[in-house]
Amino acid sequence: MSSLVAAARSFLLLEIIKGLGLTLKYLFKPKATLNYPYEKGFISPRFRGEHALRRYPNGEERCIACKLCEAICPAQAITIESEPRPDNSRRTTRYDIDMTKCIYCGFCQEACPVDAIVEGPNFEFATETREELYYDKEKLLSNGDRWETEIARNLAADARYR
Amino acid sequence: MITLTVDGNEVEVEEGSTVLQACEAAGKEVPRFCYHERLSIAGNCRMCLVEMERSPKPVASCAMPAGNGMVIKTDTPLVKKAREGVMEFMLINHPLDCPICDQGGECDLQDQAMGYGLADSRYQEEKRAVENKNMGPLISTIMTRCIHCTRCVRFATEVAGVPELGAIGRGEAMEITTYLEKALASELSGNVVDLCPVGALTSLPYAYKARSWELSHTSTIDVMDAVGSHIRVDTRGNEVMRVLPRINDDINEEWISDKTRHHIDGLASQRIDRPYMRGASGRLAEANWDDVFAAIAKAVKKAQPYEIAALAGDLADAEAMFALKTLMDTLGSPHMDCRQDGSVIGKQGQGGYLFNSTIAGLDEADAIFLIGANPRHEAAVMNARIRQNWLNSKLRIFRLGEAVDLTYPVTELGTDASVLENLVSKGGPVISALKRAKRPMIILGAGALNRKDSAGILSSVSMIAKTVNLVTPEWNGFNVLHTAASRVAGLMMAFLPAKGGKATADIMKAMEKGDIKLLFNLGADELDFSKRDSKTTMIYIGSHGDHGAEQADIVLPGAAWSEKDAIYVNMEGRVQHAQKANFPPGDAREDWAILRALSAVLGKTLGFDNLDALRAALISAYPVFGNVDTAQPARPKVLGRKQAISDLPLTTAITSANGGSDNSRNFYMTCSISRASVTMAECVKAFEANNDVKAAE
Repeated sequence: MSSLVAAARSFLLLEIIKGLGLTLKYLFKPKATLNYPYEKGFISPRFRGEHALRRYPNGEERCIACKLCEAICPAQAITIESEPRPDNSRRTTRYDIDMTKCIYCGFCQEACPVDAIVEGPNFEFATETREELYYDKEKLLSNGDRWETEIARNLAADARYR
Repeated sequence: MITLTVDGNEVEVEEGSTVLQACEAAGKEVPRFCYHERLSIAGNCRMCLVEMERSPKPVASCAMPAGNGMVIKTDTPLVKKAREGVMEFMLINHPLDCPICDQGGECDLQDQAMGYGLADSRYQEEKRAVENKNMGPLISTIMTRCIHCTRCVRFATEVAGVPELGAIGRGEAMEITTYLEKALASELSGNVVDLCPVGALTSLPYAYKARSWELSHTSTIDVMDAVGSHIRVDTRGNEVMRVLPRINDDINEEWISDKTRHHIDGLASQRIDRPYMRGASGRLAEANWDDVFAAIAKAVKKAQPYEIAALAGDLADAEAMFALKTLMDTLGSPHMDCRQDGSVIGKQGQGGYLFNSTIAGLDEADAIFLIGANPRHEAAVMNARIRQNWLNSKLRIFRLGEAVDLTYPVTELGTDASVLENLVSKGGPVISALKRAKRPMIILGAGALNRKDSAGILSSVSMIAKTVNLVTPEWNGFNVLHTAASRVAGLMMAFLPAKGGKATADIMKAMEKGDIKLLFNLGADELDFSKRDSKTTMIYIGSHGDHGAEQADIVLPGAAWSEKDAIYVNMEGRVQHAQKANFPPGDAREDWAILRALSAVLGKTLGFDNLDALRAALISAYPVFGNVDTAQPARPKVLGRKQAISDLPLTTAITSANGGSDNSRNFYMTCSISRASVTMAECVKAFEANNDVKAAE
């Protein structure tokens, strides 16, 4: 008896019809894909993208060269050198991140006592050469200037969970 | 011995110990800020509170003498609560600026707040702010961070002997200050940075440069004086970032001098990083190794063996001197000297040139006679030891020579060297004091040994030594205070004129006449070579472009002290192995390797291919180098010869902090490296300013 049923199913192509039915159902549902790059998905405030060095509203750079990010970085991607600035404040003379080493774990922003180094919402920084991925202080600060509004909003959104 | 119980364990400690020491003996950790093993007890931080049976309150263990049958508890809830309370008070006025503080990562307060403090602060009020003080070019002050442990004040008063630090105000208004806002006039001032348990006093030249966790440590030996202090060199990459003392009770205890600590920026500047040769234009021009070796070979071929000479400088290591000496022997030249200051000692056995009482022996001395010596500037760490002895006992100190403030009272005998002759014939209070003393010491400085009549001085001293029983089977009171790190090693391997050979002064004279055609200069920078005959060739092997390299015809780039594994012998005859902390720049090589390579070009290949073989050869030739890390005093023979002593004033090799009017021989700049250091130059300037303040008063 069971072999008879199986034979009937295969002759009547029931499974294929079921599958086509499912396809038909999804044809009328909203689309799940995005038309990237014209459309972009939702990004969490905690998203860990491209790094940036922030400034205070008065333009003063936040980083105080405490080197905690350099110490915590598991990929050893950060290199910092520092010396007293003419006004005797502690500042970096070099702040490099090797983005090819970075594993985007976010420890650097967790370690930062002044919210200077952050991983911003930008994930579109692919380059044509490796060299472009060796970020220096100037590049990181300009990232900060460019993304400050978004970064500040994300930090504010996440502040109560930190 | 006292027996007491700590946390249920019975421990025995020596009479006079404190409860804190007893706890340590029992293996219990007691947190502390103000207590320090080498300073007097203050008992003002209250961090070391422990519970004592039959005491209603917890007691400060650092200030409580241990007594028989005491029962101490260090791990009760009461103790925990007391420590948390003290820590909370400590942190009330301490700023939360660890991220920008140089002490961060190696801070006692940070560590102990983690270990013994509460997790949160309950303090809501305003914090205190304190104005920073000026403590000179070496110490940076952020006085808001100060927790008033007074370690720095006690160090300055007790060890350094410059009571220029103090506390004013009481309670919260208390401030540590220098009173007059001037640089701390001590050669040991850098040590307060190590002593400070927080970041109130930090090193100014090292400010914000590196973090403690980034540095690799190398244990090595200091070469800035002949004391041979044990130091730790901290490097990041190939750069020497700082120098810290290592504890060695026989030599430097826990201190190092400011020159040792801060000359290191000189290691990176004025470096000779490739060979140079004087070209047709008369200027030194860059060259390569093959060309300079060929030029040297030509010069050696032209010169007769007795026309070749060698001089070793103050920073030369034993290996380099041995390689040079072996090369000179194979070339057949007798003219070599490691005493560029023209000192006369070295020929009459080890007892005649060592610091025979040993540095630790200074603690036992009960009468010291300084002749032409200035321990404060020639061996700063050692001077602190003499001062400690003077503080703790009835030590009497006499001095013949230039009057310099040594931080303890000295009975002056004037500067006239011929006084020695009178002392031999007529005696005097010095002689009777030395006679009465159980542990008498005579310390001969370089100032007494580089004169024309030094042989006479030595002979008089020998006679005094005999009259006062300076050398007995259990005590050897004859001491020479060296100033150069290389000197004792050089004397031990007889880097001295061989039979018929010329000493430094004669070599210099012969070069002026043109009798010496070729000079190998192994880092001798304190001599004036400008007057030499135009036909003499000087080959300089060294690390820094200083007086020597400036005058040389051929310059070979050597390694500085931090860049080589090397043997140095301190003034007690202690053979010490220094370790390499970083690599020499550019084409620079270790000095012995240069000489070995040169010898092959000259066709007189030296019999060692690596450092081990060299050291084996050195030890088989001079077994004394095989006895590592022990002082090797010896009985002095009768020294010197009868010679009238002139009444020329007896000066010291290093006069003062800033060298007075001519800055030639000051404490901060004694060698090519310290002369290249910006920090040392700033120190000289700061102390000139200090002297101006003094003059104005």
